[in-house]
Amino acid sequence: MRRQSMMPYLAWMLLFIIVPLLLVVYYAFTIPSETGNVWSLENFTRFFEPIYLKVLWRSVYLAVLSTMICLLLGYPAAMIMVGNAFTRKSALMLLFVVPMWMNFLLRTYAWLTLLERNGFINVLLSALRLPRLNILYTNSAVILGMVYNFLPFMVLPIYSVLSKIDKDVIEAAGDLGANSLKVFMKVVFPLSLPGVVSGITMVFMPALTTFVISRLLGGGQFTLVGNLIEQQFLVVGDWGFGSAISVIMILLILLSMAIMSFFEGEESEVAPW
Amino acid sequence: MKNIVELKDVSKLYDETVALGGIDLVIKKNEFVTLLGPSGCGKTTTLRLIGGFEQPTTGSIFFDDVDITNVPPHKRKVNTVFQRYALFSHLNVFENVAFGLRIKKLSENAIVEKVDKMLSLVNLSGFEKRDINSLSGGQQQRVAIARALVNEPEVLLLDEPLAALDLKLRREMQHELKNMQQQLGITFVFVTHDQEEALSMSDTVVVMQDGEIQQIGSPVDIYNEPINSFVADFIGESNIVDGIMLEDRLVDFAGSRFECVDSGFGKNELVDVVIRPEDLVLIPAEKAKLTGVVRSVNFLGVHYEMIIEAKDGARWLVHSTIMEPVGTEVGLGLEPMDIHIMKKVG
Ligand SMILES: Nc1ncnc2c1ncn2[C@@H]1O[C@H](COP(=O)(O)OP(=O)(O)OP(=O)(O)O)[C@@H](O)[C@H]1O
Ligand SMILES: [Mg+2]
Repeated sequence: MRRQSMMPYLAWMLLFIIVPLLLVVYYAFTIPSETGNVWSLENFTRFFEPIYLKVLWRSVYLAVLSTMICLLLGYPAAMIMVGNAFTRKSALMLLFVVPMWMNFLLRTYAWLTLLERNGFINVLLSALRLPRLNILYTNSAVILGMVYNFLPFMVLPIYSVLSKIDKDVIEAAGDLGANSLKVFMKVVFPLSLPGVVSGITMVFMPALTTFVISRLLGGGQFTLVGNLIEQQFLVVGDWGFGSAISVIMILLILLSMAIMSFFEGEESEVAPW
Repeated sequence: MKNIVELKDVSKLYDETVALGGIDLVIKKNEFVTLLGPSGCGKTTTLRLIGGFEQPTTGSIFFDDVDITNVPPHKRKVNTVFQRYALFSHLNVFENVAFGLRIKKLSENAIVEKVDKMLSLVNLSGFEKRDINSLSGGQQQRVAIARALVNEPEVLLLDEPLAALDLKLRREMQHELKNMQQQLGITFVFVTHDQEEALSMSDTVVVMQDGEIQQIGSPVDIYNEPINSFVADFIGESNIVDGIMLEDRLVDFAGSRFECVDSGFGKNELVDVVIRPEDLVLIPAEKAKLTGVVRSVNFLGVHYEMIIEAKDGARWLVHSTIMEPVGTEVGLGLEPMDIHIMKKVG
């Protein structure tokens, strides 16, 4: 019975996840020659040229930075959402959730027009006699785009963990002499760590691999790993190299997931949520 | 003894619900006070007001004669054992108990010493490294007690701290708590809805109902001299019937006149007559004013519990070490001093 009901799911997995993955691995470890494809590590060694390492470094740097900004903005936002009365809470929640209903590309294009030299923001700034903001096609714009797009993925897991913390536990900490700061440091924050970990994971991964945001707001001059992969497949046509970079990224993501789940696992042993 | 906690005309409203309707309560130093009453009568609310987790709607709260109505919980010399434990699930047993001491920045040695002592007091030595979630309900409850008591507060608030324990452990802990309270000289404000627990542990029992205090007194006073039929019924089992006070020391109920010891009621005033089941004695029917047929017999260990149905349909609860089989006609004897007359409430 159970086995049977799993079948469509397994078939689905096989067709759309396992097979493509095997294909990627196959292309990554082969190079074309006169006698057909031959096994080789050339695609990988190529990635370790400085020009590509720089791309990787920039991707990691921007992803880490925007994840940190998301955390710094998202944690207080989640706390405000938990702390507030019901009506304001759901209003705030909508504020975070509604943009997610809109297409990802559209949202990013919207920023393009907002940030343009004569876009809405600059018109507004000059009307207020303030200096213009020329961040379009810079790292800042890419980070802005990432933070904007991925912030909900930080807020929601933190919110859901925070909202499950028993009010009694917070009162107990106060009862034992802890002021609000200590209550936060010693009780609320440790209890919310699983949410923080999954928030970081959910922001860092897409931030590391995005190519749309960097292409639109970074103007192509700030190539990230995502763009590199896209280029290899769609422009250069070097499927082998593209696959190799993909494999490296998959390994990187698995590694960071392992690190994260180590933290999470350590926490969830003591905190069932 | 000096007053340590004092509630003056304290009331608490939640939206439309009156959780407490203006109570006055004085708790003396080193006293073991128990708040007793049915679910929803305002026991937890009273504790939360003393702990500082709620602000009274009206009235003020004093600690050592200082008004602390607006003092936040972490600045009150009071610790609480919460009704639902409220343990820190991210910390192990040791760290839970050590929490308050760490906040006070005690030295590591002092912390280890105090926590160890406290854990052995609550029978949890060897559990230091255990996860909170791996403990049974009773063990968690004892961690909660240790976590509060280790701070040596002047007043300890305990909200049904023994509710999750089995009978044997419960008896042991009752004993332990009472001992600790006397040894450490801490004032206990203890909440329970178990009247036996209240009577056996307390110096003073506060009986509450619907956000009002019904009676404050020593366990013996509360048991022997309940102020109204609610208290009588709540403290121990009681037979409560309608009666008419014919004159001082003479009452009419169950179709007969009985001598009693109460006076000061109006002539022919309608009253509640309260008789404890253990005060009713089985006697031959022909010698008794009160007669009936045995309807049920229950053996409860120390005594039998019987229900005797009188001709007028009243069912009398009797506790006795001797029993009569179901269906037998029996008489019920009682002494004047065992007839408690109470003003009708409401
Ligand atoms: N936060 C709250 N909001 C609204 N009503 C409340 C709140 N806390 C308590 N009440 C109400 O106040 C009344 C007294 O509650 P309280 O918790 O003090 O009862 P209790 O005597 O401790 O009962 P129990 O024995 O069930 O614990 C109840 O009617 C309860 O519903
Ligand atoms: Mg309660």
